Amino acid sequence: MRFVDEYRDAEQAHVLSARIAALCEPGRHYKFMEVCGGHTHTIYKHGLEDYLPESVQLVHGPGCPVCVIPMGRVDDAVAIARADPDVILTSFGDMMRVPGGTGSFLDAKAAGADIRMVYSPLDALKIAKRNPDRRVVFMAIGFETTAPSTAMTVLRAAAEGIGNFSVFCNHVTIIPGIKAILDSPDLRLDGFLGPGHVSTVIGCRPYEFIAAEYGKPLVCAGFEPLDVLQSVHMLLEQLDEGRSEVENQYARVVPWDGNPRALEAIGKVMELRPYFEWRGLGFISHSALRMRDDYARYDAERIFDLPGVRVADPKACQCGEVLKGVLEPWECKVFGTACTPETPIGTCMVSSEGACAAYYNFGRFTRERVKEAARA
Amino acid sequence: MCLGIPGEIVELPRDGSDVAKVEVVGVRRAVNVGLLDEERLHLGDWVLVHVGFAMSKIDEAEAAATLELLRGLGEAYDDELDALSRSDLDLDLDKN
Repeated sequence: MRFVDEYRDAEQAHVLSARIAALCEPGRHYKFMEVCGGHTHTIYKHGLEDYLPESVQLVHGPGCPVCVIPMGRVDDAVAIARADPDVILTSFGDMMRVPGGTGSFLDAKAAGADIRMVYSPLDALKIAKRNPDRRVVFMAIGFETTAPSTAMTVLRAAAEGIGNFSVFCNHVTIIPGIKAILDSPDLRLDGFLGPGHVSTVIGCRPYEFIAAEYGKPLVCAGFEPLDVLQSVHMLLEQLDEGRSEVENQYARVVPWDGNPRALEAIGKVMELRPYFEWRGLGFISHSALRMRDDYARYDAERIFDLPGVRVADPKACQCGEVLKGVLEPWECKVFGTACTPETPIGTCMVSSEGACAAYYNFGRFTRERVKEAARA
Repeated sequence: MCLGIPGEIVELPRDGSDVAKVEVVGVRRAVNVGLLDEERLHLGDWVLVHVGFAMSKIDEAEAAATLELLRGLGEAYDDELDALSRSDLDLDLDKN
């Protein structure tokens, strides 16, 4: 594990920590958003906040795909599963416990619906091939990291003429989500840690407007502790030099221009929706994907009658504020009491990539309480 | 789902199919490499696998570091590996 040590070298972390502190202007407060849930995990697991001066704050963004799915879409999927005993609804494991207005997939399954967890959309297609007398629907979620996989699976279904497979498309696109955050009046940010794996698909170019039009630097960041610290250092360097650019810290995985084949597959099968509701962020224009007319026969939204009802989030749940980075997870009214990974009220606690789950699982809540008590 | 699991290519696609075999911590599974066609894949190469598709080619150092990072996630990683090991992505198996 020599290589791992290189990414985790405590000595290097301290060197970076000192450089970060040296770049901070006295009296100035810096707020950077890590867009991706993977970064949130790394930050909590390795206690990276301890390596940052008090004046540098990392806030969590909307980059967990499960967390941004509104309750109404969960209800729509459950309605599909209950539409007919012939229907088999499939989805990633992360979706199973997400609460909808009428319960979760697990609740619907317990009530008799045939809902199955799959690792890949290809698994769903295989279930369709093995059950030609059933109708198999794949509930597709995720940003541009998973959208190409759904698109490739639909292309495969079309090539093989598989008629009993369809997709309930809930893919969202990261750029409008970031733009909504930038346009939000209640949050002042100094820069972004860009999502590492979404960027393997879209590349770095789509972020350029953030630097050019909003004057905020963005650094595509890897997931190792030193990646995150180095990315913070790169952001501070830009601010120090009066620059606002897009930089790629994770070049060992992220190509500047993304993955053209993946983008081509998405473009062939899907198109932008005029608008889509994000949990906590509301309706955002051109922020999600739907199936193109050419693939209508694979579009569950055209095959099934969906309630399509907007369901308000539970009043006690403050996932919206957490997703926008306005609240730290532990500041939510129900965090760690009514809302835990075992009994989640909100999506941020359900998904392993959610900020609340990461916070809860790595014990930062206790730490904050101890700090609070010490201050009192 | 979004983190991606590194896998080492142990079998290359055959007969123009997009399916390669990768090994992830002892689990050998079919993976679709159709999104990487432009890159030449060789036995022993490492790829980052998201929901059954190889999304990018990575070097061994990145693979080792990512695996270590994933192990640190505990349950989330176990669930992902468990799902991968129960998955059967080689659609063409039916034809055999």
